[in-house]
Amino acid sequence: MSRNNNESSVLFDEPGPKGKRNIRIANWVGGVIVAVLVVLILMRLHNPPDGENQLGWELWKPALDGEAWTDFYLPGLWMTVKAAVLAVIGSVVFGLIFGIGRLLPSKIVKVVSGVIVEFCRAVPVLMFMIFFWRLFSFMGIQSASYWAVVLGLILYNGSVVAELVRSGVGNLPGGQREASLALGLTTTQSLMQIEVPQAIYAMLPAAVTQLVVVLKDTALGSIIMYTDLLQESRRLGSMYFNILQTLVVAGVVYFIVCALLSKLAEWLPSRMQARTAAPTEPEPVAPIAIMDASNVNQIAVAKELDEDRYGGAPNKYHVHHAGSNATARGWRRQRYEQGYDATQPDSERDPERLEFPEIPLPVVHPHRNPHAHDGDSQRHQDKRS
Amino acid sequence: MNEFLQLFSQYNVPGAFLVNIELTLWSALFSLILGVVLLMMRISPISSLRTVAGAYVEFFKNMPLTIIMVFMVLGAFAQLKLTFSNSFATNFFWLAVTGLSLYTAAFVCESLRSGINTVPLGQAEAARALGLNFMQSATQIILPQAFRGSVAPLGNTLIALLKNSTVAAAASVATETSSLMSEMIEFHANSIVAIFLIFAFGYVILIIPIGALTTVLSNKLAVRR
Repeated sequence: MSRNNNESSVLFDEPGPKGKRNIRIANWVGGVIVAVLVVLILMRLHNPPDGENQLGWELWKPALDGEAWTDFYLPGLWMTVKAAVLAVIGSVVFGLIFGIGRLLPSKIVKVVSGVIVEFCRAVPVLMFMIFFWRLFSFMGIQSASYWAVVLGLILYNGSVVAELVRSGVGNLPGGQREASLALGLTTTQSLMQIEVPQAIYAMLPAAVTQLVVVLKDTALGSIIMYTDLLQESRRLGSMYFNILQTLVVAGVVYFIVCALLSKLAEWLPSRMQARTAAPTEPEPVAPIAIMDASNVNQIAVAKELDEDRYGGAPNKYHVHHAGSNATARGWRRQRYEQGYDATQPDSERDPERLEFPEIPLPVVHPHRNPHAHDGDSQRHQDKRS
Repeated sequence: MNEFLQLFSQYNVPGAFLVNIELTLWSALFSLILGVVLLMMRISPISSLRTVAGAYVEFFKNMPLTIIMVFMVLGAFAQLKLTFSNSFATNFFWLAVTGLSLYTAAFVCESLRSGINTVPLGQAEAARALGLNFMQSATQIILPQAFRGSVAPLGNTLIALLKNSTVAAAASVATETSSLMSEMIEFHANSIVAIFLIFAFGYVILIIPIGALTTVLSNKLAVRR
């Protein structure tokens, strides 16, 4: 049996000669069905009801020639990239500020940043864009639609980044904070100097995947008359009445750029894992429920199970995926309640009563050797827990 | 306060939200069906089906929703004459549902796939040892557990779908919330902030219960192992 990590391989046996033959037949049938579908679509394109032939070169030529690229697609792509880059920078800043704000010890700061982040995540991006577009136009700001696109994207994606920061800190293995507190740092210092820097490395791959979302969402700008790639291709298409063709070209450009970014996001985790103690994740899974981040990373948990499918010792610290909490105890409680944390011995105990083991006082018994004493105190601890 | 009341009496704000909810529910239904089909294709022993489903998901994950919606109206409707109804409003509504369903199905498929990964290996092995074939073990053993394991990502997808239903404005659905908000701002420029807050809090109110319900359900339904 092939040992690929594809979950499909667990669902059926490695086929025998008969099964192989059946699969081959099914492959051919499937191939024929796909081919028939493609031919049907091409025929519809070739001869749509009371329309002209959509495959004709006279429609494709203006969508593909040099002028179309220099006058429409490339300026449009530049506008798209310009908005996306600024939005990404802005959302990282926004996300860091409010993500850290949600972790700070101050109650007020925590609640205010929480409300802002949850609000920005719940409101559709298009609503933000329309609102800011009209507002900026009334205020007489130049290129209102550009700033509306950027600001709309910043508010939504920034709130996603804020959640990533928060879950990145929550996913750090226990002991980072305790160690820094033991070194005499304050809670805030520990957060800013120890936890957040590691969380940033951990969240980078997820942030790159978020880049794809930003790039895709810039296309919303065409609804508020921002002359991005989509808008330019519509303009070109309405000039030559070949909007289907220009949309196809624009779609291909979007697809290539997004697919390249996705590939980058798949490649990054292995690079970043070296720089952080937290698990790096290729896909951002923002928590769903308002004010509840406990069910964050079920996909990540699932992936890890997948990795261990074919034997091998399970990772000791595998389920640090709950996200959200700043304190290790809250996190452990959530894991415990959800029952995921089988490999984490601490979670099996009641987290409310989780205590630090008492360090045995070095009582010197002249008649006992120190090793026997160690064993004794160990037994005491076991009884307690 | 007067401002709000006047706006509410003049425009049918709940009606606009109802259009979005309708869009969401229909698209959720169709994308769930399509997503399950895609998932079955993706885990099936037949490699051509796996390739097709993988390509579908990859395509829609990297394609902006807006371009799909614009394509439904300007490409599929205007140039290929794909029509659902003679009335323009109904037609655009169903074109938007089609676009949303095609787009969301890719994400439903991914969510369910993550749910399949939560089903332990032993379940599939036991099913095979009992002599169940692929369809039997998939539909009777794996998928029921996978659904329970993927409640959270599916809820995420539903929330994203509700928010994405505003993009139906790009498919000329004129009665939904973002179009109505544009229209209201156009005629009441002075109360622009109030108008925005009405719609924003409308979405917050819609999304909080979905999120809470998903959390409860995903905790309740998760298979304890």
